[in-house]
Amino acid sequence: MKISREDVLRVAELAYLDLSEMELETYRAQIDEILEYIGKLNELDTANVEPMAQVLSDDQTADATLREDLVVPCAVAEDVLKHAPDPEPPYFRVPKVIER
Amino acid sequence: MAANWTIDGVREALAAKKISARELAADFYKRIGAKNPELNAFLALSPERARRQTDKIDALVAAGKPLPPLAGVPIAIKDVISTRGTKTTCGSKILENYFPPYDATAVERLEAAGAVILGKTNCDEFAMGSSNENSAYGPVKNPVAPDRVPGGSSGGSAAAVASGLAVAGLGTDTGGSIRQPGSFCGIPAMMGSYGRVSRYGLIAFASSLDRIGPLATNVKDVAAILKIIAGRDPHDSTSTTTPVPDYGAELGKPVKELRLGIPKEYFGEGMDAGVRKKVEAGIEVFKKQGCELIEIRMPHTDYAIATYYIIATAEASSNLARYDGVRYGLRVDGDSLISMYRKTRGAGFGPEVKRRIVLGTYVLSAGYYDAYYLKGQKVRALIAQDFRDAFLKVDAILTPTSPVPAFRLGERTADPLQMYLADIYTVTGSLAGVPGISVPCGKIEGKLPVGLQIFGPAFGEARVLKLAHAFEQAGGASV
Repeated sequence: MKISREDVLRVAELAYLDLSEMELETYRAQIDEILEYIGKLNELDTANVEPMAQVLSDDQTADATLREDLVVPCAVAEDVLKHAPDPEPPYFRVPKVIER
Repeated sequence: MAANWTIDGVREALAAKKISARELAADFYKRIGAKNPELNAFLALSPERARRQTDKIDALVAAGKPLPPLAGVPIAIKDVISTRGTKTTCGSKILENYFPPYDATAVERLEAAGAVILGKTNCDEFAMGSSNENSAYGPVKNPVAPDRVPGGSSGGSAAAVASGLAVAGLGTDTGGSIRQPGSFCGIPAMMGSYGRVSRYGLIAFASSLDRIGPLATNVKDVAAILKIIAGRDPHDSTSTTTPVPDYGAELGKPVKELRLGIPKEYFGEGMDAGVRKKVEAGIEVFKKQGCELIEIRMPHTDYAIATYYIIATAEASSNLARYDGVRYGLRVDGDSLISMYRKTRGAGFGPEVKRRIVLGTYVLSAGYYDAYYLKGQKVRALIAQDFRDAFLKVDAILTPTSPVPAFRLGERTADPLQMYLADIYTVTGSLAGVPGISVPCGKIEGKLPVGLQIFGPAFGEARVLKLAHAFEQAGGASV
């Protein structure tokens, strides 16, 4: 077994994700099978391979120069707040985070 | 009214005043009204927005002014692409009531070129899936066989275009999500190179893999749309300054003597016999055009699915952290901030998204990062190297798009790994960052479409399109 019930619980905690008992067991079994499959990567010796952390190669640079740090208008606040779950313009309201 | 509109056809009809842009859009909405209840291809329509655009186009026609390249062309947009003021759900309950405050650059460019945005198309939740069955709003039906899936994740755009509910569509491709549904529905569908089209406004799934691209009824229209949406965008630092050629001008030029690689690894076990027969017949079409066929090896192909499901889920787990119930979308109340996050995410995400968040968080977590994520990045480098090596010997690569034709609804939902393996021929190009197109390549028993995939080197879109067009013109769709 590659991944245990405790592993899934720990990961769900890290990801702030509530899972039901049934989800927990179903995903554990499915992810276990996927990790088993992923294990085939160990057939490859990659000791001397540089990881690919960037898709574009050096001659395809997007734009090497940084843009100027200019103030540009972005008048979307009202629009954004209008559709927010619990707006209190100009804020988003959330459950209390500081205990007295 | 003729059902088979093309971009040229729309322009000619508008210029000759045979139809107005407003009438054309109304005609498409009528068809959507009639067919969408069964197909479920559209999730939201934007008739007011379309009306504003058709009024502009009709005013140009009335004034005798020149028409922009996509004047009046009705287009469907996948629901992971932001449209200002039009509901954008990503096929997820967590964004059930999300109205983006801005347009994606690709959408903005389409409208600036005269296109008419009809509405938003169904897709797998956050583009995670290969059958469109992971949408929170129900699956899309394949228009050529309603008991079968349209492919995914851009299943709604593919079904809409294939059934004449839009002249063209935008999809997104992370591991095959444009090309595979194009193949299942029998239409050409393309992803450009990574960096070719701005991702600004594309709601992120896996940022090093996600690409926006066109689906249409013919290669010329695919080329026309790609040209409009491609190019540098200051809002996306990974969009490149590489010049955008006039793809349309390349079409029709000879393909004779181009060297086409046939990678042995793409014709192995697990491939449907009907698909094999059609793709082999498709390859013969290129031979008759005078192309040189060269057998090549791409030795790391077999590791692509494993690599993809590390990289894509890791990036997804990070990108989807933003859905916390604070600023937009669903909120489920909890007695603390953390419990609100947990409940919101638990209730708002569907099973495939949760599975990928768990897997992605796991492969990035302390103690497992080196064994999985770092290993995945290293094998990704080897897969990209396979492509670079191949393009030293050949000008393009021919493969099947999918090992199987459209499968039946429900046939693969119980086993995620089997579903993932359906992407075996498309994820390679996604990982390598190269452009790829799927073009129709016959139908199995005259019914189920097969797709032939053409890969080109990075930023070799013009050559890929030229080959696809030559194939189409030589009758490739009916081999």
